[in-house]
Amino acid sequence: MKLDILHAINAERAARRAAVVVTDVASGTQRLVKAADIAKDPLKELLEKRVRMAKSGMEETPQGRVFLTVHVPSPQLVITGAVHISQTLAPMGQMLGYDVTIVDPRTAFASIERFPDVKVIAEWPDVALPPLNVDRYTAFAALTHDPKIDDPALKHALARDCFYIGALGSKKTHARRVTRLKEAGLSDADIARIHAPIGLAIGAVSPAEIAVAIMAEITERLRKKPEAA
Amino acid sequence: MLSRDEDILKAAEDWRKSGRGVALATVVETWGSAPRPVGSNLVIDNEGNFLGSVSGGCVEGAVVTEAIDVIESGKPKMLEFGVADETAWKVGLSCGGTIRVYVEKVS
Repeated sequence: MKLDILHAINAERAARRAAVVVTDVASGTQRLVKAADIAKDPLKELLEKRVRMAKSGMEETPQGRVFLTVHVPSPQLVITGAVHISQTLAPMGQMLGYDVTIVDPRTAFASIERFPDVKVIAEWPDVALPPLNVDRYTAFAALTHDPKIDDPALKHALARDCFYIGALGSKKTHARRVTRLKEAGLSDADIARIHAPIGLAIGAVSPAEIAVAIMAEITERLRKKPEAA
Repeated sequence: MLSRDEDILKAAEDWRKSGRGVALATVVETWGSAPRPVGSNLVIDNEGNFLGSVSGGCVEGAVVTEAIDVIESGKPKMLEFGVADETAWKVGLSCGGTIRVYVEKVS
């Protein structure tokens, strides 16, 4: 591998952008395809699929056998609300390989006793979120039920193009949220990106079951090809 | 897990920039039960220092030896380890799987 390719990989990874190294197995020649360049690459479909699955591997192509080394940023999960659901959702996210951060300005909720192994930031979203590098490899769940906390965080998640955005609350609660977000100037297309009621419809009742439903929905959004609009 | 891979590639770059001879080993194919997934990296320098893993410990020694050759010759090598392999007597995978490892020089 040429040092400049290695340097470019490390730069892409540090910037939390995906990239694929294509190695011609017979000749050993290599090239780096950055995420932004995948759409115009001859191996477009293979590369898209590999990046979505975050899976390296061998492929047969018209140009011969190639090895694709896929570099995808580690996903993160950002939650507003140090609530009961989060006590299960956060460790579950960690088990699935996510860097998990909980944001809740209410210090009584955001205590270390309740979340011994999770990064909890006891600040308002406008202070806590910008340094977190919320991006398209981030899943965001709004769980506080408090519009003063959830709404600004949802706006941030939408602006940063998170691959998953979910918000807790009944259909009625969500309808009120939609009204507020529209008044705040958000487009229908943006609002439609919010999964609400949050989580796959598996009949979840307990906080832990709701965490399962949320994590399943996040996994689906991460791995399944988006349905054609 | 992924952040560790990041550290490995960063180390490969830093080692090379500091003037050391460096090779990068990558698991490119696995059959049966293999301890480390395709894409896993091991970085090796010309003195045999290494970081990362391609097999969770079973064949790292052999990969390091081959990598030092690759650093000297500059020619990449495809290595295969498995129970059916003759070298398995020395460095087989205890899990019974087979892995193919691509070793290349960082130049």
